[in-house]
Amino acid sequence: MTDTATAPRSFQEIILRLMTYWGARGCAVLQPYDMEVGAGTFHPATTLRSLGTRPWAAAYVQPSRRPTDGRYGENPNRLQHYYQYQVLIKPSPPDLQDLYLGSLAAIGIDTALHDIRFVEDDWESPTLGAWGLGWEVWCDGMEVSQFTYFQQVGGHDCHPVSGELTYGLERLAMYVLGVDHVMDMPFNDPSARIPLTYGDIFRQTEQEYSRWNFDQADTDMLLRHFADAEAECARILAAPQPDKAGRHIIMAHPAYDQCIKASHLFNLLDARGVISVTERQAYIGRVRTLARACADAFVTTQAGADRCESLTDA
Amino acid sequence: MVTDGLVEAGLTYAGAAAFSTPRRLALAIEGLTATSRAVREERKGPAASAPDTALQGFLRSTGLAREQLELRDDKKGQVWFAVIEKPGRPAAAIVAEVLEAVIRGFPWPKSMRWGAGTLRWVRPLHSILCVLTDEHGAQVVPLTVDHLTAGATTRGHRFMAPAPFAVTGFDDYAARLERGFVVLDAAAREAAIWHDATTQAFARGLEVVPDAGLLAEVAGLVEWPVVLAGLIDPAFLELPPEVLQTSMRSHQKFFSLRNPKTGRIEGFATVANRETVDHGATILAGNNKVLSARLSDARFFWENDLRTVKAQGMEGMAVGLALVTFHNKLGSQAERVLRVEALAREIAPLVGAAPDLAAEAARICKADLQSAMVGEFPELQGLMGRYYAAAASHNDGVPQACEMHYKPLGPTDAVPSDPVSVAVAMADKIDTLTGFWAIDEKPTGSKDPFALRRAALGVIRLVLGNGVRCNLDALFGARIRWILDYLYNWQSAQFGDVERDDVLAKAAPASSDLLAFFHDRLKVYLRDQGIRHDVIDACLAMPGNDDLTLLVKRAEALAAFLKTDDGENLTQGFRRANNILTQAEQKDGVEYSYGADPKFAETAEERALFKALDKAEAAIAPAMKTEDFAAAMAAIAALRAPIDAFFTAVQVNSDNAVIRRNRLNLLHRIRATCAQVADLNRIEG
Repeated sequence: MTDTATAPRSFQEIILRLMTYWGARGCAVLQPYDMEVGAGTFHPATTLRSLGTRPWAAAYVQPSRRPTDGRYGENPNRLQHYYQYQVLIKPSPPDLQDLYLGSLAAIGIDTALHDIRFVEDDWESPTLGAWGLGWEVWCDGMEVSQFTYFQQVGGHDCHPVSGELTYGLERLAMYVLGVDHVMDMPFNDPSARIPLTYGDIFRQTEQEYSRWNFDQADTDMLLRHFADAEAECARILAAPQPDKAGRHIIMAHPAYDQCIKASHLFNLLDARGVISVTERQAYIGRVRTLARACADAFVTTQAGADRCESLTDA
Repeated sequence: MVTDGLVEAGLTYAGAAAFSTPRRLALAIEGLTATSRAVREERKGPAASAPDTALQGFLRSTGLAREQLELRDDKKGQVWFAVIEKPGRPAAAIVAEVLEAVIRGFPWPKSMRWGAGTLRWVRPLHSILCVLTDEHGAQVVPLTVDHLTAGATTRGHRFMAPAPFAVTGFDDYAARLERGFVVLDAAAREAAIWHDATTQAFARGLEVVPDAGLLAEVAGLVEWPVVLAGLIDPAFLELPPEVLQTSMRSHQKFFSLRNPKTGRIEGFATVANRETVDHGATILAGNNKVLSARLSDARFFWENDLRTVKAQGMEGMAVGLALVTFHNKLGSQAERVLRVEALAREIAPLVGAAPDLAAEAARICKADLQSAMVGEFPELQGLMGRYYAAAASHNDGVPQACEMHYKPLGPTDAVPSDPVSVAVAMADKIDTLTGFWAIDEKPTGSKDPFALRRAALGVIRLVLGNGVRCNLDALFGARIRWILDYLYNWQSAQFGDVERDDVLAKAAPASSDLLAFFHDRLKVYLRDQGIRHDVIDACLAMPGNDDLTLLVKRAEALAAFLKTDDGENLTQGFRRANNILTQAEQKDGVEYSYGADPKFAETAEERALFKALDKAEAAIAPAMKTEDFAAAMAAIAALRAPIDAFFTAVQVNSDNAVIRRNRLNLLHRIRATCAQVADLNRIEG
């Protein structure tokens, strides 16, 4: 499928190549956010930094948790915990599509042999009050990335517009490495002294979390924690200014952490099956209210405000 | 939009053609005039005698100097005239202006901004090519939109011919794009895809399942279509063809290839966007891999569902419906199924179905909503019900009812005719309608989230399509009452201090309202079949208007009747009689329904009318009894001539009070006789 001289041999090699590629194109290679999130978009490096006029360029791996997708490690393609690679560049560069295609070449996908198609797609996140237009990128009939130009986040119009790329790493890697079951995928180099497959690392955790997510999680506790996160978020944003030492600090990020918590708690409650169809919209609305409040707060801070120098033409 | 703008600016053209690919939009305009017409406008100004300020105002509005005005004679004296000459403008300048306006104002359903710009377009706009070609050569139109300046260059296929090249005109553009692996015309791409897919299918002894929507969609995803076909792994061929087709179409955008002899789906065709040195082998292998993953999932669901249904029956699969809310005021899906089962049993004899079978089918018809397959492919609801019911050893029309009870889904969808299917289909929709009417959640002018209009139309089509005779009013009333009673017991808190009898008393008005809703839907439906709403109104006034089959029979006969000469004139005659009678009744304050006596008839026309009425009444009653509405209409048609003759020869308001009263009573007979057939008052015109 790919030229063996440039073909990656493991899951981690694919990640390292993407990190190198985007780092070389000027992105700050950040680390994953240290909280449970459903997607790379939730990292403050995307949701908050896409707001305001300050330019930004970041790339990072993000472990993502989707409790309803748990299959006890038995399904060859579906996991309740998986990795996304996330890139956010603001303002979106005019050659973003070409940059993306270059990243595919970097991980061993030869566009002369494969069918890469940009399929028109619109993205929206009701929980974050966000939406954008863009594409699903398909490689030989399989969706491998989401490519989005953010139009609105947290209820705010985006000026300038951020370009976001999200790669489904396991799916992409399985294709590049020619693996049919995710658990069989080599995580480190197969010829390492201690070779570890994806299954060696994650099969058991998939089983454990599937059981907890679907059958065991204490729903009363989850509901209480949701309410707590919701209350704390609002309380943080309403804290009196200035603080006792006279500093004016708007705690947008600590508040946003609570919003992320609430979103994950909602996903857990959903997996436990306790959210009815009519209640679902109400919960999503509550998380969205938090996201908007955090967005409103962020744009009043330094990081969310205008640059001192004017932007050069993109 | 562009051609309108050009014409408005004074240019003309011979023809225009538009093209689109995933990466570009193109418009070619031929025979454009080189300059716009020179325009000469004459404007009348103030009188010469008017104050100077008026003249100054006129000079300002025309932009001319005083010396340029003409003084002309007018009937009132001398008047200033301005002659404004607008010279023709070169086409290039006009095209630039029009295009800029069109680009800025383009009505994309959804558009976006990108980078630091403010321009909106469907996706980021990278370049504009705008070239005007005439006998002297090609010139670039001076078009600028934000930071984009039009040029004469474009690029071919993103991967196969990405280098830019310049063009001198449309023919050059189209030809060079083709060489650059871009098929500009969407119709040409569709035709090529269809042709190649058919050829490749034929080579494998298969045919392509037609799918116009998919063809259009896929043609919009590629600039250089390359069809690749493959066979489905035999391990998956046991899956129902609908499952294969739905999975391939919705997830993969594949065409299904069918074996013409067996009807089984055995292959697929996909459309790639490029040629490769390995003739698509890598691409096809990749697509195959994805398909395998998808079909493995589908097979996993299929086998699991079959296992459940064989071990626990459809009822076992349906257990989870108790936890699925149908509507928070109407309870769970399981509770709804119980209602539908009871209703299906009740309706069964009316449609010629065995009550036990109808009840059985209703009991299991929603079980597939709990299946893994329908969970993954919601569009397969009903169909999977049929497969799973058959696997659970149901037969005698029960599996078919699981599939068919959702129909008809739209105004052109087929209407089920098998009795068990009809019973469940009617029960399902009537339960939905009576449920929502019981809790007073009716559709509004702009919102109908539960598709109640469609449900009512479905019942109408089921009833009319199968000639079902049933009195909906009684059915609705009983059902709504039952539901209200159930709700009162189950959610008494909701009702507060209201007495049970008061709650149940709402059933009758709700039922009437629901019937009126049905009548509205019926009018819309019959209007499309050429029966006017006033004809239906005339029949709605007759008894039995909740028996839709009877109602429509009557309406059809009346419509046919009104198209005849007799019919039209009889209606006029009726109106005349009715008007005179009503006036007299109002004036005199009495009803002239005593009965007329022929012995008071003075003229031959009066006597003839009496005889005609006798004859008509004798014919109408038996005809109405056997529902031979055509015969009934013919009977009153025979009244036309005598009524016309009567009005020509006889003066109703005779000076003789007795004669007058008798004649008014006679008019009442006319009215009453016609009223037996239809309420002709409602006929318009």
